[in-house]
Amino acid sequence: MARTAILRRLTWTVGKVIARVDETARVRSLTIDVPGWTGHLPGQHLDVRLTAEDGYQAQRSYSIATPGDGSHVTITVERLDDGEASPYLTDVLVVGDQIELRGPIGGYFVWEPGRGGPLLLVAGGSGIAPLMAMLRSRVAAPSDVAVRLLCSWRSAADVIYADELDAIAATAEGVSITHTLTQSAPDGWTGRRGRYDRKALSQLAWPREQEPLTYVCGPTGFVEAVASVLVELGHDPGRILTERFGPTGG
Amino acid sequence: MTDETHFDGNALGGLLDEVFGREMTDALACCATCESVHAIGAMLVYRGAGDVMRCPTCQNVVMVAVTIRDRARIFSAMRWLQPGPG
Amino acid sequence: MSFISRGFQRRQAPAAPSDRVPPGQYVTRDFPVLSAGPTPRIGLDEWRLELVGALDQPRSWSWQEFTALTAEDITVDIHCVTKWSKLDSAWTGVPVDALLDGVEASAAFVVAHSYGGYTTNLPLDDLTGGKAWVAYRYDGEPLEPEHGGPARLLVPHLYFWKSAKWLRALELRQDDGPGFWEGYGYHNYGDPWREQRYSGD
Repeated sequence: MARTAILRRLTWTVGKVIARVDETARVRSLTIDVPGWTGHLPGQHLDVRLTAEDGYQAQRSYSIATPGDGSHVTITVERLDDGEASPYLTDVLVVGDQIELRGPIGGYFVWEPGRGGPLLLVAGGSGIAPLMAMLRSRVAAPSDVAVRLLCSWRSAADVIYADELDAIAATAEGVSITHTLTQSAPDGWTGRRGRYDRKALSQLAWPREQEPLTYVCGPTGFVEAVASVLVELGHDPGRILTERFGPTGG
Repeated sequence: MTDETHFDGNALGGLLDEVFGREMTDALACCATCESVHAIGAMLVYRGAGDVMRCPTCQNVVMVAVTIRDRARIFSAMRWLQPGPG
Repeated sequence: MSFISRGFQRRQAPAAPSDRVPPGQYVTRDFPVLSAGPTPRIGLDEWRLELVGALDQPRSWSWQEFTALTAEDITVDIHCVTKWSKLDSAWTGVPVDALLDGVEASAAFVVAHSYGGYTTNLPLDDLTGGKAWVAYRYDGEPLEPEHGGPARLLVPHLYFWKSAKWLRALELRQDDGPGFWEGYGYHNYGDPWREQRYSGD
């Protein structure tokens, strides 16, 4: 008697790349059409599985950078110099290619306007991806949750979604966006420089009395440094949610 | 100098969903060693031969996930585990 | 037939003769960092290496005493159970034979203990006869903490989880008993040439 596979909630499925955007020299956003996608919450991610002809497989997780949009999901991928999966996604995949994935995954590092705020989003480099889904969701909602987005980049050339962030900062009520550059700044840069340390966060984060909901995402060292400073500043650790991207170069 | 090579429970979201048949990163887990309670997504995850999940309060092991001949297996050292509302 | 990703292949592997690559492994030039827990930071003044258990006289070396022992420069291939192999890796270390020299032991087994609590178990035979070292230099430099420094066990003929990082003690025992990964389903012995990854292989 043939055995039927037990239907599982999370299954591998194949989507098609329908758009590719160069965000920076090293970063691409890929929009994938996933037949049967039933939606997702801002902050969730998907697992991508790459299979070579000899059967070799590599699996990676990528945050979905867009709020729910029918069967479309967008991931933002940074090409790591010694990476195995990221160079394939940024340099080889083209519109029309298929990609195997499963999702959406995540129930802890998620936000939707109903969860309230005020919201503090702190992004280290490509850690901005899930926070961008949250910000885009807030802007598209109607929602009046107040948002402070703090982004940390190595240099001005590394800023992802630069134009869109400028537009949101200029037009969205109750949203403020701060960038800091940690390694080099162009001539004439009047913005912040250096890491989000205790002094910077005491100025930029919501006062603890406002009991913000905080999401921090990026390399592990960045996330832990920011989270521990916020706790030192008196923020409730239970309202600081973290997603560590592991080690990254530089 | 802090350790920067580890991840957190979010990285095991897919594997745990596969094993438990539902989202588990928002499950609450009580550490069997120190009895502190954390969301699975907030647990620290070290990647070795398998994945070692450690309590962020006391660093003791709360779970180990290994994949043996393509089958995921979870060892647990939790006093209790409470899946999220779902 | 499962899905194939157009144009995807593993990173270009250095060419390697197949008699140096155990079954199921692929060759890398990297040295991936894998760990079961946080990296211990041990100051060299507090560091000790101990030989304990089923032997007549326990032994202990301070860092100065340990690094004064005659060390060997060796080049070996290493094989991780997660399928990467690294050929011709260069180490400096004290042969375990030298640490056991003159020891009267009634033990057939060893448990290697690491700072931070990691353990792994091996037959004493696999640590002797020129098969194992306590290494403290890699690629010409002091061994970095992320790769097990100040000193780690180096047992190249077994899967690399047996080469315990941050080595603190070698415990000689009459009876075998599983270490950390062995207790979580990994093979008790771990011969890469017989692909002994998991218990029962």
